[in-house]
Amino acid sequence: MNQKSRIIDEKGFERTLARLAHEILERNKGADNIALVGIRTRGEFLTKRLAKIIQEIEHKEMQMGFLDITLYRDDLREKPYQPILKGTEISFDVSGKDIILIDDVLFTGRTVRAALDELVDLGRPDSIQLAVLVDRGHRELPIRADFVGKNIPTSMEEKVKVMMKELDSEDGVYLVKTETGGY
Amino acid sequence: MKLLLKNGRIIEPSQKKDFVSDILIVNGIIEKIGSNISEEKIDQTIELNGKIVAPGFIDMHVHLREPGFEYKETIESGCSAAATGGFTAVCCMPNTNPPIDEASVVNWIVERSKHVDGGIIDVYPIAAITKNREGKELSPMMELVDAGAVGFSDDGACVENAEVMRRAMEYSTMIKKPIIQHPEDISLSKGGVMNEGFVSTSLGMQPIPSIAESIIIARDVQLAEYTQAQYHAAHVSSGKSVEIIRTAKKKSKQVTCEVTPHHFTLTDEDVRSFDTNTKMNPPLRNQDDVEALKEGLKDGTIDVIATDHAPHSFDEKQVEFMVAPFGIVGLETAIGLAYTELVKTGYLDIYQLIEKYSVNPRRILHLLPISIIEGEKANLTILDPDFEWVVDIQKFKSKSKNSPFHGHKLFGKAFAIINNGRIHFVD
Amino acid sequence: MPLLSRHLLGLEGVPKDDIQLILDTATSFREVLERPIKKVPTLQGKTIVNLFFESSTRTRISFELAERRLSADVVNFSADMSSLKKGETLKDTARNIEAMKIDMVVMRHAASGAAVFLSKVINAIIINAGDGAHEHPTQALLDMYSIREKHGTIQGLKVCIVGDISHSRVALSNIYGLKTMGARIAVCGPKTLIPRFIEQIGIEIFNNIDDAIKWSDILNVLRIQLERQDRAFFPSLMEYRKYFAVTRERLDKADKVITIMHPGPINRDVELSADVADSAHSLILQQVLNGVAIRMAVLYLLGTRS
Repeated sequence: MNQKSRIIDEKGFERTLARLAHEILERNKGADNIALVGIRTRGEFLTKRLAKIIQEIEHKEMQMGFLDITLYRDDLREKPYQPILKGTEISFDVSGKDIILIDDVLFTGRTVRAALDELVDLGRPDSIQLAVLVDRGHRELPIRADFVGKNIPTSMEEKVKVMMKELDSEDGVYLVKTETGGY
Repeated sequence: MKLLLKNGRIIEPSQKKDFVSDILIVNGIIEKIGSNISEEKIDQTIELNGKIVAPGFIDMHVHLREPGFEYKETIESGCSAAATGGFTAVCCMPNTNPPIDEASVVNWIVERSKHVDGGIIDVYPIAAITKNREGKELSPMMELVDAGAVGFSDDGACVENAEVMRRAMEYSTMIKKPIIQHPEDISLSKGGVMNEGFVSTSLGMQPIPSIAESIIIARDVQLAEYTQAQYHAAHVSSGKSVEIIRTAKKKSKQVTCEVTPHHFTLTDEDVRSFDTNTKMNPPLRNQDDVEALKEGLKDGTIDVIATDHAPHSFDEKQVEFMVAPFGIVGLETAIGLAYTELVKTGYLDIYQLIEKYSVNPRRILHLLPISIIEGEKANLTILDPDFEWVVDIQKFKSKSKNSPFHGHKLFGKAFAIINNGRIHFVD
Repeated sequence: MPLLSRHLLGLEGVPKDDIQLILDTATSFREVLERPIKKVPTLQGKTIVNLFFESSTRTRISFELAERRLSADVVNFSADMSSLKKGETLKDTARNIEAMKIDMVVMRHAASGAAVFLSKVINAIIINAGDGAHEHPTQALLDMYSIREKHGTIQGLKVCIVGDISHSRVALSNIYGLKTMGARIAVCGPKTLIPRFIEQIGIEIFNNIDDAIKWSDILNVLRIQLERQDRAFFPSLMEYRKYFAVTRERLDKADKVITIMHPGPINRDVELSADVADSAHSLILQQVLNGVAIRMAVLYLLGTRS
């Protein structure tokens, strides 16, 4: 049986996103040169939420894009079969922009590595900053987030599950203890 | 050497007899037929328990490949395959290297066959109709017959030129030997690798229309009628060919034909696997043709079952379908396929099967008929008709294993053959 | 969703879901092809051999681009059949190449069934780039992709393949694939260039180009090869052009917009008039672009499976 405990509830989720939006604007002195790029799947919806908050503050249409990093993964051939490609959708030129790369959970850093590789193939951004909802530690690559919703120390047996209304029944973050049956 | 066969079911077609009896064979001669033969100093007694004792089977269409292609088959390995298949005689086709178009080659083959397993298998060469099987000049037919050739064929190649065929037929009437045609209009079949039909279309394979065969047969039966020659169509495969021959036979007893076991067993659907062991010439036809062939066998239009035993090495067949040579081995599956496909299904009775494997080919080739009566030479095929077995190409005695029937479950197998004073048990 | 087969040998029997997956995946690669750097690292460390026993520069270049844009290591091996006939068999050639530790083989061969044969004698993943007059699955996939891109769907469309059906690998693959995807299919050409019994696949046959045009939403025009005159398949290019070419004049009579496709290379003003080939309703250049994306999709789907 898996044990589940809620780390961030619905209200907290909202507050965290609002704080992230403000931090992004503060660091970049406004929204003039920034563009948001979310890593599919949940990063896409986080990006849309953050864009909405920023637009309300700045009264400005945000540039948004989404990355499918499958083609850049380093673990493709270890999978029994490949994930369905959802496609990368970035309709603007990333060159010269300050890109805010957005994902739900920062863990080993490998997804972010793939995303960085893909982004530089698309052009030459002025900067790339990383925003994540949760940093759960256990990095395998020298990568850190610029904006963190919440740091959650975890063990390897645990999983961080981000729920979003767009896909799930609620907004929230759970820590799930997985029973590694067998030993 | 005294051999006693106990309780055999003797089928004697020349006298139309079918009875259970013992047979005593002394030095290759049938000395006594009767119930409960008790004889002193028997060297070997074999209990047959009702197995069929039939006149020796002959496969009148075999490629022994020697001389010239000994890596595919030799006279020795081919005879061994024949014995395993239940045949006491084979006719070998002339597409050797050198081809059988000179008396010396005929002599050489006959001589060599006598030294194989004590000469238990009679090898009857079929000589080429034309020199080097080129369809141009006639081979020395009289000389070839004197050396021992029993018929003429350019098998593998069709005698296409009508005038050459006419002359060959006219000439053959002086020596009373059949002209055996490989019926194939090359202008229609050129480049083809399988039967023209829905399957060839859906596989994008170059087709061979069945009319390539029947058109030549239609011409040949007219030439045969015109020249009064004896004509035998080899490996007929299409319903149209059967129809033409059926009509021709109403006019002439000199027109005969044969069919191979694979043509009445498989269809072009089997080619979908791209297995090169389904590539043969003529190609596997469709279900309607198979039905027509079985009807032809049943009503006597088709006189003979012959295998067109065509050994090819493993490597030769392990290639793209387009490049692979035509043909499959057939000696060791012949009886099983015929029994399973024709007798078990009621198309033929056992007497007809024996006619098509023994009586009719010997008649066509003017070989002495075999009688199972006292005082005659013992030339026998002993059959175990209900024996159930699974084809395993690795067990073939033939040097080549190119058979599409590997793994097929068959009924009917030879138990032993007896000929020329020798007995060979099929294991 | 895994592809059912390890190889792509043909489209006969390939289920709809698999074709759909390939087409959907190709959309992602179309996006990659629009980037400044048209390359992704997906097949890094994989080695692919393009084994071409028949020269086909276009198909080989398209595959090679697709392979390189997926970061695979690419080796090209070209040999015509005549050198094969000198001794070395396909099996030996393929096994020799495989011994050099390759992961995938893309093969073009003059013999129908050659790809199936190859899949039985070596272990590498095989993509059929055309076998005799049998199949050319990636061509049909890119044709279907182009149709879907233009029309939004394949289901219910009437596609007529025009020309030398008998000697075409493109025709069969298109028929199998389009049929699975719910299109209606016809072939049109002189009777001598349409294989007998093809109607049994469940398609229509036209021997009159005007009738075919009247029936069709899409015409996929095949190249007519002059060599076919040798065995009396048709009298002359002039006669072919007069009675079977797809021309502006003929299309105008149809009173509807018809999409024009051609697998290339075109004999301009033989099977297809130049103005039609270059018209707004011609997908010909689109097909070429989509060819790279489709091949990337197939290479990705087959090449990244463990």
